[in-house]
Amino acid sequence: MFTETDLEVMQSIISRYPRSRSAIMPLLHYVQSKAGYVTNEGIELISELLTIETAEVSAVATFYTQYKRKPVGEYHVGVCTNTLCAVMGGDAILEVLKSHLGIENDGVTSDGKVSLEHIECNAACDYAPVVMANWEFYDNQTVQSAKDLVDGMRKGKPTPPTRGPDSLPTWKENSAVLAGLNDGRANEGIQAGEPTLLGLVIAQSKKGGKKK
Amino acid sequence: MTTAQKQTSQVVEMITLVVDGFEVTVPKGTLVIRAAEKLGIQIPRFCDHPLLDPVGACRQCLVDIEINGRAFPKPQASCTIPVEPGMIVKTQLTSPVAQKAQQGVMELLLMNHPLDCPVCDKGGECPLQNQAMSNGQSESRFEGTKRTFEKPINLSSQVLLDRERCVLCARCTRFSEQIAGDAFITLNERGALQQVGIYEDKPFESYFSGNTVQICPVGALTGASYRFRARPFDLVSTPSACEHCASGCDMRTDVRRGKTLRRLAGDDANVNEEWNCDKGRWAFKYVTAVDRFTQPLVRNAAGVLEPASWPEAIAAAAAGLTGQRAGVLVGGRATYEDAYGYSKFARVSLGTNDIDFRARVTSDEERDFLATYVVATTTTYRDIDKADQVLLVDFEPEEESPIVFLRIHKQVRKRALKVHAIATKLSIGAEKLNANFVKVLPGSQSDAIASQELTKLSVILVGERASESAGTLTAVAVLAKKSGAKIAWIPRRAGERGALEAGAIGNLLPGGRPVTDAAARVDMQSVWGVETISSTVGRSTSEIFAAANEGKLDSLVVGGVDPLDIDNSAAALAALQKAFVVSLEIAPSAVTELANVVLPVAAVTEKSGSFLNWEGSARVFDSAVADSNNRSDLRILSAIADAMIKPIGIATVSATAREIATLGVWDGERSTFSKVKAVAPVALAENEAILTSWRRLLDLGTLQKGEGNLAGTARATVAVISPTRAAELGVQNGDALRISNSVGAITLPALVEDIHDDAVWAPRNSLGSELLAKLATASGSVVTVVKA
Amino acid sequence: MTELTPVLSAHWDEKDSFTIEAYKRHDGYKAAKKALAMDPDELIQIVKDSGLRGRGGAGFPTGMKWGFIPQGDNKDHYLVVNADESEPGTCKDMPLLLANPHVLVEGVIIASYAIRAKHAFIYIRGEVTHVVRRLNQAIEDAYKAGYLGKNIFGSGQDLDLVLHVGAGAYICGEETALLDSLEGFRGQPRLRPPFPAIAGLYARPTVVNNVESIASVPAIILKGAQWFQSMGTEKSKGQTLYSLSGHVANPGQFEAPLGITLREILELSGGMRAGHTLKFWTPGGSSTPIFTDEHLDTPLDYEGVAAAGSMLGTKALQIFDETTCIVRAVLRWTEFYKHESCGKCTPCREGTWWLVQILRDLENGQGTEEDLAKLLDLCDNILGRSFCALGDGATSPITSSIKYFRDEYIAHITTGGCPFDPVASTLFETAAK
Repeated sequence: MFTETDLEVMQSIISRYPRSRSAIMPLLHYVQSKAGYVTNEGIELISELLTIETAEVSAVATFYTQYKRKPVGEYHVGVCTNTLCAVMGGDAILEVLKSHLGIENDGVTSDGKVSLEHIECNAACDYAPVVMANWEFYDNQTVQSAKDLVDGMRKGKPTPPTRGPDSLPTWKENSAVLAGLNDGRANEGIQAGEPTLLGLVIAQSKKGGKKK
Repeated sequence: MTTAQKQTSQVVEMITLVVDGFEVTVPKGTLVIRAAEKLGIQIPRFCDHPLLDPVGACRQCLVDIEINGRAFPKPQASCTIPVEPGMIVKTQLTSPVAQKAQQGVMELLLMNHPLDCPVCDKGGECPLQNQAMSNGQSESRFEGTKRTFEKPINLSSQVLLDRERCVLCARCTRFSEQIAGDAFITLNERGALQQVGIYEDKPFESYFSGNTVQICPVGALTGASYRFRARPFDLVSTPSACEHCASGCDMRTDVRRGKTLRRLAGDDANVNEEWNCDKGRWAFKYVTAVDRFTQPLVRNAAGVLEPASWPEAIAAAAAGLTGQRAGVLVGGRATYEDAYGYSKFARVSLGTNDIDFRARVTSDEERDFLATYVVATTTTYRDIDKADQVLLVDFEPEEESPIVFLRIHKQVRKRALKVHAIATKLSIGAEKLNANFVKVLPGSQSDAIASQELTKLSVILVGERASESAGTLTAVAVLAKKSGAKIAWIPRRAGERGALEAGAIGNLLPGGRPVTDAAARVDMQSVWGVETISSTVGRSTSEIFAAANEGKLDSLVVGGVDPLDIDNSAAALAALQKAFVVSLEIAPSAVTELANVVLPVAAVTEKSGSFLNWEGSARVFDSAVADSNNRSDLRILSAIADAMIKPIGIATVSATAREIATLGVWDGERSTFSKVKAVAPVALAENEAILTSWRRLLDLGTLQKGEGNLAGTARATVAVISPTRAAELGVQNGDALRISNSVGAITLPALVEDIHDDAVWAPRNSLGSELLAKLATASGSVVTVVKA
Repeated sequence: MTELTPVLSAHWDEKDSFTIEAYKRHDGYKAAKKALAMDPDELIQIVKDSGLRGRGGAGFPTGMKWGFIPQGDNKDHYLVVNADESEPGTCKDMPLLLANPHVLVEGVIIASYAIRAKHAFIYIRGEVTHVVRRLNQAIEDAYKAGYLGKNIFGSGQDLDLVLHVGAGAYICGEETALLDSLEGFRGQPRLRPPFPAIAGLYARPTVVNNVESIASVPAIILKGAQWFQSMGTEKSKGQTLYSLSGHVANPGQFEAPLGITLREILELSGGMRAGHTLKFWTPGGSSTPIFTDEHLDTPLDYEGVAAAGSMLGTKALQIFDETTCIVRAVLRWTEFYKHESCGKCTPCREGTWWLVQILRDLENGQGTEEDLAKLLDLCDNILGRSFCALGDGATSPITSSIKYFRDEYIAHITTGGCPFDPVASTLFETAAK
């Protein structure tokens, strides 16, 4: 499944590091960008490229939550249910999504479009409750907005992220970004949401409005 | 620097500390947990192991520590903290905080541990069980749901893992990575779901896997062969020495009602530390698996072997040997004392130097090399520890002397010891040692050796296969002389070094005394009470067979020799057919089938004695199976000698040991070594290659019979060719490759690897690749290699 | 009334704030240029003088950390930026990097030069794709501009900066686990000593700093240690990002001098959500013992928070009002620690497994008072007995919540269930009103 081009990309990932073994994490992200999850073929290839045992690769792959050892959806939805998000609506959103999609936690819809996972704190607490899709931010979610989001996914037209690119990339596309590849979309989307700017805006208003 | 100053500077700094109110002084760098041990204070522990890097994971060994009045704010893991001057340690015995911390950790460890001690193999010798009793609370407060896993899974055909019992101390995974260099088992998943495992179906096929079973502090790892066989308290343990190779492992043999149930690595810091290889651990069933002889056999007038009484058989043997021209072949597995018995029997009872312990490919160059550079020398494991470089010549430590491999690996890991491997093929072991692989065409080792730059701190480890290419040992001798490097000759079999020292070879009497040296002969004549000893250098193994075939020898005394270990096995079998043969064996073999008298002997576990390992160091052992009626070779040889009225007078091991002790060391001249030139490589036709091989640790060896679980972990049988040859032949990995010569052919799956373009490698004695039996050659000869 | 002091956030309101052009409009990369003309030791001294302390939670003096790197040892040195922001409640570094990744890149250039590192890494958590994009682009643009790579700023210095993306493991925020992860192993903490300053990445001298710490450096170099010193309290100098979240009228980021109080931040931002009162809050993430309304006036600096029995941590102010069940909140945090425990040591691995079971029973009304005692004793067996601070952190919410809200735990036991309506504490509830 991995082509000559893939091997070249993987070699270039390895060359970023002073010691090749450091490349194992971006290589696993890269495998997910091609295969959708960490396949045995991917593990065996990494083991070969880094000249380490397959057991050592799988030891690493199974340690980190983002590496999936079975297929996920084209759109992987994570609902934050760490305390703050859970209390502010994350629990309700997760329950509704489970029944709406007819899947359990870590499940995938039968059409392969959407998978669901409850996630831990994603560093966006001032936007709670937070939902992540393919690890893009969906801030200040409600039960309804979350349902709309997954419905859009199943139709192939998901709502764009709140703070992210102009449209939601697929799981594989975003896995390539996590492998360190530039998809040219860094300039898309806003620079900051309202909460991020709140302190700045207050400071500016105390000083007599916006500078300049 | 004066000698005195030098000694002072080497003295380790000592540190005094107080543990539970008692002062103790230990070398700098000692960990608190071991300083406490010195006082007899046992701090409970699981992850700690003195030969593994400290990890501090299990937290069982928490103690309170203060240094010069400054107390650590919280209890510290005593397995990770080195001692310091002014340190005051309070263990569970004197610190309520430490005691509560330990009890707390113990409760947490037991929380998810199944209560299956009654059916667990570890019960009765389980550190968790023992320490739960000594350092835990009597009742658990856990009322919740335990973590469950599928009950034991196979990590290999030999090692099973019960993840429910595992306390995640990571001793096994750390051993595999740090000691064996085989990261085939790893910790997987995370947190409470963390578990030891292999990758998919790639089994834990490390030559050292059994050590993980031994150091597992719970019943999580078990060996398939011992599972459910015994209770530790029903076993009788005897210290023993391993008979499998020349590493010289200290061992423990556990016997129940006359039957060996398991063997464990013993503890000898100078040799095997606390490890052994899987062959040493698990290959012991050959003693019982084969159909052992229960009584002597004598060939009758009709030419049929039939049971005889001991007096009859001894008389028959004596009759066939008395007044005859006889040779002695003793194999490489005899104990030092038995080999001495054969050596003395040859000289005293048979009046000949025609004796050879080398039941393999040999050369005169090797015989002379052994006499000049090996016998009565002492290169040791400590020399590897101190070496600046190690040069491997025709020696694959992982396959041929696994503990030597572990020792080199340790130094490579700890201080990046530089290893050079002059070999015909890159091996897994050489890769693990980060060795500088010097690729040679079989037969062309000497040039590569000559180009090595060693120093007087270097060690040359040369294997027995060096005898297979002329000039190799000469080059080793020259290099050692030029550089001052030490030489160690490491044969494969446990008995070879002892047999060499015992003089079971044509050019040497016991203690390295040259047969050609009159003073040396006088020494032995006086000890043995004989008037003369022949001054003629005796025949080698192949020469003895040849002489028998030519009618120059009438009789042969053969102990523990397999004709198929010799390159010209047809000649050997013909000689055995022709001569009067007295065979000392434990079970039927190609030799016993042709023998005139078969005398059953004791297996190693049934007798006492010693082996001299490659260092020349005595590895003494007692009989593990106390009620065996089987006689040692020594006792039988003595009986024959008596019957010949040429007694050797050493019917027991202790008598032999006493006699050896009186010999002292030969302080005369060593025989001079005559240099031998390498032979130029022959021109190869298309599809021809030079065959090269070595024996793998796990193969079809006689002493591995009857242990299928162990055999299941053997490396795959392959034929190795270079990428160039593979391209020429249009062969890829896994394709069938046919290797043939005028004698026969074998077909094996190809493996394309780093090997000389003109060479082909196959294992010497593995399933499907029995080179000596099928091709009557194992190295250095031309074979035809084609895609099958 | 403490005034807000936007420094890092000063230009976040500009739409292109994340681009190199925008950054350069506001003196971007001038500090790096200035620094490269100075002696590295002088830089270390300025950072020491500024009083900058680690913004990742522990508050270790940054300049001192840099000073620990042995000089002239002929070894490679490394700078590793910890951008693995994962502590529950913590949400400052990600918006910072989304809005202005270049300030971190510039900080990396200065810090690397100071510690004589030719290779720097940013270890960013993997669950923030757009932040990864922005940072990756910023690094690419800095290379193109000659600020990274060979002969940076024409100074003769070389520096390579690699963005390393994590894959979901809270423990990798622990600096030695981060290093193991960066070396390609499972992210489990290492034994210390040796400390990273002596044997860190690839066993070479390494500085590991938080994003905000490094991002604070360019302004210090440009404006001077005195300027930075002039903000904050006696031992906690400078300004920092406070992240307000939860049941407040307006959550968000507030850049203020160290020592500001929650009461001040709430007053500035508009207080609690309408009609509700403060019940409990965390000063610096879930691993810092909770506070209540008693602590509204506690100065939020390292010393002030410690004196009140907690830790400043990441200044993640998670605010919960009276609708929130404390047992539910603590159970969820404990489940987090169980999920994120790396598995290396017994107390944390097994302890969190057990804690969750007891808390679940308590929340469901199936617990007993004995369970409460057991919880506290278990915490005592985990705190200070674990390999790293993760296990310690797991006990913080439990012990501090029992200290302040024991009655509420008892109420769960006596009423045989949770007396709270989860709907009342959701954001939708606020929105509906």
